[in-house]
Amino acid sequence: MIWNEKFECMPAGELKQLQGERLKKLLPYIYNNCKAYKDKLDKAGIKPDAIRSIDDIKKLPFTTKVDMRDNYPYGLFCTDQKNVVEIHVSSGTTGNPTLVGYTRDDIKLWSEVMARSIACAGAEPSDTIQIAYGYGLFTGGLGFHYGALEMGLRIIPVSAGQTSRQLKIMQDFAPKILGCTPSYALYMAEEAREMGIDPKKGNWKIGIFGAEPWSEQMRTEIEQTWNMLATDVYGLSEIIGPGVAQECPNKIGLHIYSDVFYPEIINPNTGEPVKEGEDGELVITTLTKQAIPFIRYRTRDIVSINHEKCKCGRTSPRISKIRGRTDDMIIVRGINVFPSQIEHVLLGIEGTEPYYQIVVDRQKHQLDEVEVLVEVNSKMFSDEVKQLEHLRAKIKKEIESVLSIGVKVTLVEPKTIERSMGKAKRVIDKRQM
Amino acid sequence: MKIKQISIFLQNKKGRLYDVCAVLGKNNINIRALNVAETEAFGVLRIVVNKPDEAVKALGEANFVANITDVVAVEVPDRPGGLAEILKVLADEDVNVEYMYGFVEKATDEALMVFRFDNPDKATEILKKHNIKIASEKEIKEL
Repeated sequence: MIWNEKFECMPAGELKQLQGERLKKLLPYIYNNCKAYKDKLDKAGIKPDAIRSIDDIKKLPFTTKVDMRDNYPYGLFCTDQKNVVEIHVSSGTTGNPTLVGYTRDDIKLWSEVMARSIACAGAEPSDTIQIAYGYGLFTGGLGFHYGALEMGLRIIPVSAGQTSRQLKIMQDFAPKILGCTPSYALYMAEEAREMGIDPKKGNWKIGIFGAEPWSEQMRTEIEQTWNMLATDVYGLSEIIGPGVAQECPNKIGLHIYSDVFYPEIINPNTGEPVKEGEDGELVITTLTKQAIPFIRYRTRDIVSINHEKCKCGRTSPRISKIRGRTDDMIIVRGINVFPSQIEHVLLGIEGTEPYYQIVVDRQKHQLDEVEVLVEVNSKMFSDEVKQLEHLRAKIKKEIESVLSIGVKVTLVEPKTIERSMGKAKRVIDKRQM
Repeated sequence: MKIKQISIFLQNKKGRLYDVCAVLGKNNINIRALNVAETEAFGVLRIVVNKPDEAVKALGEANFVANITDVVAVEVPDRPGGLAEILKVLADEDVNVEYMYGFVEKATDEALMVFRFDNPDKATEILKKHNIKIASEKEIKEL
């Protein structure tokens, strides 16, 4: 079903006008309420009244993860903390996490776009949804929760993990909709088979999978394994969390809710727009968000866009599946990982040097595994094995506390980490997506 | 009378022990005592050689992490209970042995063993007090 026909099927001209009006309102709001944004606009020589239509958006400066880091924690907020009702954090590039906040209206917006997404995937009110995204500081679980609540679904808020319990619950309560990371869906199916449960024999209709990149091959495998329609959901906590874009059952791109999240696709090197259908970096402006509005936020995700009306009736443009990143971020079990976070940890441990490599692997139907190779130097080396083991455990503990995922740490001999052009290659991704 | 031990970090990879020995051989360095401590992922090779400073230099040039640690070479009576007597002295005096291993050759009729103590100076003093013989750097070199 189409949750909000008015906005999702709005004729192009009308939509453009609405976007323009919203942007016109947004500019004075951020200019008057946030010093960081005011400084940015002043530096770019732009007065809020210079923005008259959505096409003027190109005059505005980009916002990046660096702005978030420089203004941590509250510098990008455009409202007083007393109006903030919820905060979430995700990975920052170095020491501090990325903080996002929501006003009551922002939560309403999140509920609305997630309801649109769940409906877009094909759900009907009163369906049962098993939400196996993590609840907590990660936006996945609660984002789905708010959307499902808004839609009037029966929610099983099981969160991620505890696979045998997940399987018991799905057998007992026969949900129609599953929300989790795609790799976890395959992992659960494998566990089910080992327990003698046939994943096909359920009441399944739709899966809504996201928080990590996945391929058409994985889609086919999930659909066959679970006997369900597997759809892709896109989001990032900076913009709202999940619910920025979602595939309809036609599976020909993810509908991005451009009445509230205005998309541009740019050449990451020049900042200029690319042609329709060409790959480029997705840049999003949140047109109505209050706590932390984002002006031309560089997502670093590479996609293409298609503005043609979809067979489903929606006019909201469709972005492709994520085709890559313009930075070195990797996504592991739904968690964003920046190599710089690991570098930061190593620099903080006495004796260690930032010579490291991250190896990500995924055995068939298993969860992602991360191994961090750290080169041993003479300062950290000891003739006593227990000292080395102690150091290894310390590095492991600190990395895990920063990344919030388990990692294996392996000490390796110096100069064994591949260096290309004198620069160490930081990430080896062996996963078959 | 401490002697120099070289410890080398080794990844658990085929041929690494050979690589170390090849570097030493090429530089005409003789191994007097050797021990490997291993874990699942890596090993620590400990050796006593005739030319420790040259060995560290050569290994460093070959990209090995090689550190020098002070150890004590103790002459252990080569008869049943010989090692136990020495360990009793150390235990009674509250000296902790981190690890120990034997030499390939003997200086005298007594067995020669490498002891790694957390405090080698204190250990040396105690051993001397109990008339336990300790080999000098010079003696090791001349083995």
